[in-house]
Amino acid sequence: MILDTTGAQALVRSLEEEGVEIIFGIPGGVLLPVFDVLYNSKIRKVLTRHEQGAAHAADGYARVTGRVGVCIATSGPGATNLVTGIANAYMDSVPMVAITGQVATNLIGTDAFQEADTTGITMPIVKHNYLVKDVAELPDVVQEAFYLARTGRPGPVLVDVPVDVSRGELKYHRRDEPVLRGYKPTFKGHKKQIRIAAEAIMEASSPIIYVGGGAITSHAAPEVKKLAQENDIYVTHTLMGKGIFPETHPLSVGMLGMHGTRCANYAMCETDLIIAVGARFDDRITGKLSEFAPKAKVIHIDIDPAEISKNVKAQIPIVGDAGQVLKELNAVLKEAREEAKERDHGDWNTLIEEWKEKYPLTYERGPGLKPQYVVEKIYEITGGEAIVCTEVGQNQMWAAQFYKMDRPRRFVTSGGLGTMGFGFPASIGAQLGCPEDLVFDIAGDGSFLMTMQELSTAVLENAQVKVAVLNNGYLGMVRQWQQLFYNKTYSCTCLDREKESPDLVALAEAFGAKGMRITDPDLVEPAIVEAIESECPVVMDFRVDQEENVYPMVAPGAPLYDMIGDMLYPVDKIHPEKAEEPFL
Amino acid sequence: MKHTLSVLVENKPGVLARVAELFARRGFNIDSLAVGTTQKPDISRMTIVVDVEEHSLEQVRKQLHKLVNIIEIMDLAPEVTVSREMLLVKIKVDSENRSEVIEIVDIFRGNIVDVSRDSIIVEVTGNVQKLGAFEELAKPYGIRELVRTGKVALPRGK
Repeated sequence: MILDTTGAQALVRSLEEEGVEIIFGIPGGVLLPVFDVLYNSKIRKVLTRHEQGAAHAADGYARVTGRVGVCIATSGPGATNLVTGIANAYMDSVPMVAITGQVATNLIGTDAFQEADTTGITMPIVKHNYLVKDVAELPDVVQEAFYLARTGRPGPVLVDVPVDVSRGELKYHRRDEPVLRGYKPTFKGHKKQIRIAAEAIMEASSPIIYVGGGAITSHAAPEVKKLAQENDIYVTHTLMGKGIFPETHPLSVGMLGMHGTRCANYAMCETDLIIAVGARFDDRITGKLSEFAPKAKVIHIDIDPAEISKNVKAQIPIVGDAGQVLKELNAVLKEAREEAKERDHGDWNTLIEEWKEKYPLTYERGPGLKPQYVVEKIYEITGGEAIVCTEVGQNQMWAAQFYKMDRPRRFVTSGGLGTMGFGFPASIGAQLGCPEDLVFDIAGDGSFLMTMQELSTAVLENAQVKVAVLNNGYLGMVRQWQQLFYNKTYSCTCLDREKESPDLVALAEAFGAKGMRITDPDLVEPAIVEAIESECPVVMDFRVDQEENVYPMVAPGAPLYDMIGDMLYPVDKIHPEKAEEPFL
Repeated sequence: MKHTLSVLVENKPGVLARVAELFARRGFNIDSLAVGTTQKPDISRMTIVVDVEEHSLEQVRKQLHKLVNIIEIMDLAPEVTVSREMLLVKIKVDSENRSEVIEIVDIFRGNIVDVSRDSIIVEVTGNVQKLGAFEELAKPYGIRELVRTGKVALPRGK
């Protein structure tokens, strides 16, 4: 057999054959052979300033484009720096391939320089990982990695490549299809289950569609819309599901959960049928599990069987691709509607409309600069058309509450892991993936400082991201919890913005980006306009009210009807027999 | 409740680590785990005994299924399963009680695989209850060392 290719060449060629157009990362000793080949590859190389930034950028790129994001890091510290980014992608089911260099195979296990057990460390946070010991396997492994990352329930796959494997030689051969005996995701839903689900929907008097990120992954937006409109059912979405159903649609009740709308949470308490689509009943959604949706039957549609009945028992489980299942369900429902006698959600719809009107998301407009106001203005000025990335904490919740999304893949946020510092590098990835789009990162002063060195990457790559820092001089969400649950003991949450914190405007300019400081509410609008018009990355330092809180709020461990704020759960209107009881 | 899972896995590096890690991370307790080759060199069989409630068992199975190297999982119900475990035990004996111990070993159809001046090593094969019973009977003589293989099992028929 003629050996025609080096391991490094095979790796890069495999990436090219997978259609990879961009790769985020940092080279290192054991990656020298790979970067040597990458130098002449048509794949765009984005040199980030920290490997965590590379992983988050690949993640942001993947979320907005729907393609597999690729990041690369060297052995040891390079690989361990990726870990947060990989865990983040895993929790949010983002398709990602992470390539790491490894010390030579004869040094593995000897505590060699820059050696870490990368596959061991990442095992619990990847969909799968590989340590390639035989160079001949490299093309197959890369092919399998991409296939695993993007199919079924997507997730990160890591490929660890020792330096002698990169230097080794092989006869390049690529299979037509990957061979994975133990991996066969179910795409098509069970026909009988779909019929049972349709019957339940026809019988329900107060149904609700609860939709999450899985629906975005499976391109189910048109089918979700059809299900809601044709059957007259309201829709609530998770943080990850933002944009799957237009938030400006009359049938949307907004986000549910800890900082969801009162309407959505009350609806979950009263509904008799939850149609869960690509969502996983996370604790931030259910609140106190034993009191979650006490009257509801649950239809649970998910491609991952392990999610079904994990937290909330599903009476009607359907394993399959959300888009495909909904398509069939919609067809069955169409027939059922033609045959059925009149159905009426009248009382339920009236109640929902009452809640919607009575409890809109709102805030006290004060004399100072309100963070919610900044988000509202960004929404208005961009006409809801921007891609919005967020950090984690108050900024994230305000972005979710006040930037309405009408399209999927436009809201990029760390939902499961809750990674501060995610938003900014993710926004660079998103911008490079969608160069024509306007990309905002709605940030907090705490989060932004965690990964702000990527300003260098943004400037270098001309990723004209607009960072809106809602600077309250606190780790705001933790401060809010300290205020509410720890007697206002602000332990280690103050980031003194007047004295100790860095000057964000000067910082931005030091990196070659544009910096702006806004303290006057009247200047918010012109500042945002100026930022959008600037042909460079911009950091807007909005000096917002320091102790503004995110409301409404379900305290951790509390049931959904028990929302902190002004009003308590109203006496049950649909089930008058329960009206005697104060709550449910 | 104890359940016996028979898991066919691809014989690839790290599979055992993946399975063990999954049990640890999801908080499932492994009672015993035996792994060995099958008639196909590229497939191994793990026999895992877990002590979980019905709901958790479902989670164990589903989470195991998500591991890419796992090919098949069977939940072996005791009534349709042949299961065996082997025990090696070093029992303290002297000239007075040696023949008494050998008698017990015979009743259990065990083998004496090593004899020294003051101890013998006995091999007993059987189901979990049988081994437990033998262990109880051996205890009064003094157990120096003991090891059990963990259960292996196959479904009957088919």
